[in-house]
Amino acid sequence: MVNGIIKENPTFVLLLGMCPTLGTTSSAINGMSMGLATMAVLIVSNLIISLIKKLIPDMVRIPSYIVVIASLVTVLQMLIKAYAPDVDKSLGLFIPLIVVNCIILGRAESFAAKNGPVASIFDGIGIGLGFTLGLTSLGAVRELLGTGAIFGQTLWGESYGMLMFVLAPGAFLVLGYLIVLFNKIFKKA
Amino acid sequence: MYWVILALVPALICSFISFGMGAIITTAISVAACVLTEWVINKFLLGSSKCTVCDGSAALTGILLAFNMPSNIAPWIIVIGAIFAIGVVKMTFGGLGCNLFNPALAGRAFLLISFPVDMTTWPLPGQGFGTYLDAETGATPLALMSQAFKGDTSALSQLPSVSDMLLGNTGGCLGEVCALAMLLGLVILLVKKVITWHIPVSIIATVFVFSGLLSLINPVQYANPVAEVLSGGLLLGAIFMATDYVTSPMSKSGQLVYGIAIGLLTLIIRTWGAYPEGMSFAILIMNAFVPLINSKFKPKRFGEVPAKK
Amino acid sequence: MVAVLTVIALVAGFVLAYVNSVTAPQIEKINAENLAAGIKAVMGSDDILVSDPEEIDAFTSYSVSDAQGASLGKAVVSTSNGFGGPLKVLVGFDNEGTIKGYTVLEHAETPGLGAKAGEWFQDKILGKNPGSCNFTVSKDGGDIDAITASTITSRAFLLAIQNAYDKIIAGSDATTSATTQAKEAHQCGAEGECADCQAEGAECDSTHASKGEGKDCCGKCKE
Repeated sequence: MVNGIIKENPTFVLLLGMCPTLGTTSSAINGMSMGLATMAVLIVSNLIISLIKKLIPDMVRIPSYIVVIASLVTVLQMLIKAYAPDVDKSLGLFIPLIVVNCIILGRAESFAAKNGPVASIFDGIGIGLGFTLGLTSLGAVRELLGTGAIFGQTLWGESYGMLMFVLAPGAFLVLGYLIVLFNKIFKKA
Repeated sequence: MYWVILALVPALICSFISFGMGAIITTAISVAACVLTEWVINKFLLGSSKCTVCDGSAALTGILLAFNMPSNIAPWIIVIGAIFAIGVVKMTFGGLGCNLFNPALAGRAFLLISFPVDMTTWPLPGQGFGTYLDAETGATPLALMSQAFKGDTSALSQLPSVSDMLLGNTGGCLGEVCALAMLLGLVILLVKKVITWHIPVSIIATVFVFSGLLSLINPVQYANPVAEVLSGGLLLGAIFMATDYVTSPMSKSGQLVYGIAIGLLTLIIRTWGAYPEGMSFAILIMNAFVPLINSKFKPKRFGEVPAKK
Repeated sequence: MVAVLTVIALVAGFVLAYVNSVTAPQIEKINAENLAAGIKAVMGSDDILVSDPEEIDAFTSYSVSDAQGASLGKAVVSTSNGFGGPLKVLVGFDNEGTIKGYTVLEHAETPGLGAKAGEWFQDKILGKNPGSCNFTVSKDGGDIDAITASTITSRAFLLAIQNAYDKIIAGSDATTSATTQAKEAHQCGAEGECADCQAEGAECDSTHASKGEGKDCCGKCKE
């Protein structure tokens, strides 16, 4: 589990799933919702795939995984639309895009297909938490620099920040510096 | 580097006359912030004892950055711009010689996107020497041109006269208003052989020819070529920023291609883009193409014999 | 191999169908609630009856009346292209075409700039009539101040409202359609008043008298 948060952190070490990472992190809460949504899909898909892995012939394993993942994402999207309309409003298009998030297929292929259900669930939690942490911290930094607020709480009275960090270039910049920081702290090469 | 700084002094004096104390304060804060940022990064983050500040490039970046801002801008915005220019654009890539983009211009682009309101309220000239934050503001010649393109037929007639633009008697950034001072700087740089004529001349000629054509097609909508060349940051960019050694092509033919592309991009952005000023973005875009230009137009190596055909 | 894939796909299909049947009514309810709340907000009244939607070209129009059945005006959903993508606004008109309120339903504008459209125009367009007002930004010679540094968003926003007015309000009522043509020549005053008409004099006065209190005078008088 800790493996997924630090050593194989999908955002800062593996650099997987960059599309939602860059696209949805304009605020901390958006980043966190995206991370949690991905984590939910990841845990369930890991579980299902580890359960049915014996039944799937090798030749059609990727299509099978994709069907499972896509169904889960669609279910999740419908649930979010029905019970959390605000999240749906801010994440919108990025929820269906979880399907093509390579973290999920990657973990299915490299972990769930080789391990038992319990281990797969924990792997899903670990990687999911790592992704959520990555997205939340990226979103928090961008929100703080871009609008002077964090989790929607304005820190210094009038919200007045550097707009660029909320826009696309800011996402790339902040991601770059966070990777540097992350490696500085955890990688003792 | 110090010759470039010297060549910028006439422009600084000019903007002091136009905008008062604000010009000097803005420049001073910007230079101080740039030099300090580089010094701190070198000393504490890189732990290097080399005096990179002493080569004058940080100070030059500071001056150019200040020249790209309105003279009534708040000090903390200048400081953020300086930290971005030096810290992110220059030092992250490895300091002088390794930076892909011109730090001062990238700093300006960053500020323009981040604080669009503050960066585009230009003070009007001639409000006395004491004015700084309290300066009155007004439209720049470029904003008027942009309006003309959008269909406001009276906008072009409000353009300041050519002599006003030459002397710097218009609204705008610190360093971009006085065309005469810019040209004086160009002469200094050319005489001292700091730069060659290729980049500035190709940029200015391209803009002149291209805008001349547009103006012939429809003089009500498009400004005349002299006004296009003299207004905005065109001269400042062509003379001082596009010519930056680190971020411009090495060979003469490459420099010509680079200059022509900048000229075209500038006019395209000015005429059809969302921002009235295209110079800084044009140079930044072409900065990114410099490695490509360098590989296509290689400088001749010393003693090289052209290959037989 | 084929059998396994078929089974997986079948199971997935059933799960999806089931979840859809559970969530669809809830999604419908939320959308309807949002729309009802939006219409109430833009018409400035909670006590209203809303007709079934009426699709006219790209617009969706709702006729609104008060609890007694007297017509209050129309709420129109209108879309235009903003800076970052489609900009969808719901705007409420009274029977004369004066704007009672608006709300931005969907947008992809820049946060901190164009995204301010939701608040920015509240005090700028309420009580004005696109028939007598020039609904373009002041930079383009219009009467409405654009959001600072977001001219493109502002243009798109005003265009959406103008289109809604032209298509739904002016198009449905012959007396107001003339105002659309005449508005270029006139200054925009609050409450449909026209500064120019009153100053210009005689020609206008006769029409004023018949229309009463300068309402919609702009459409009737020549400059």
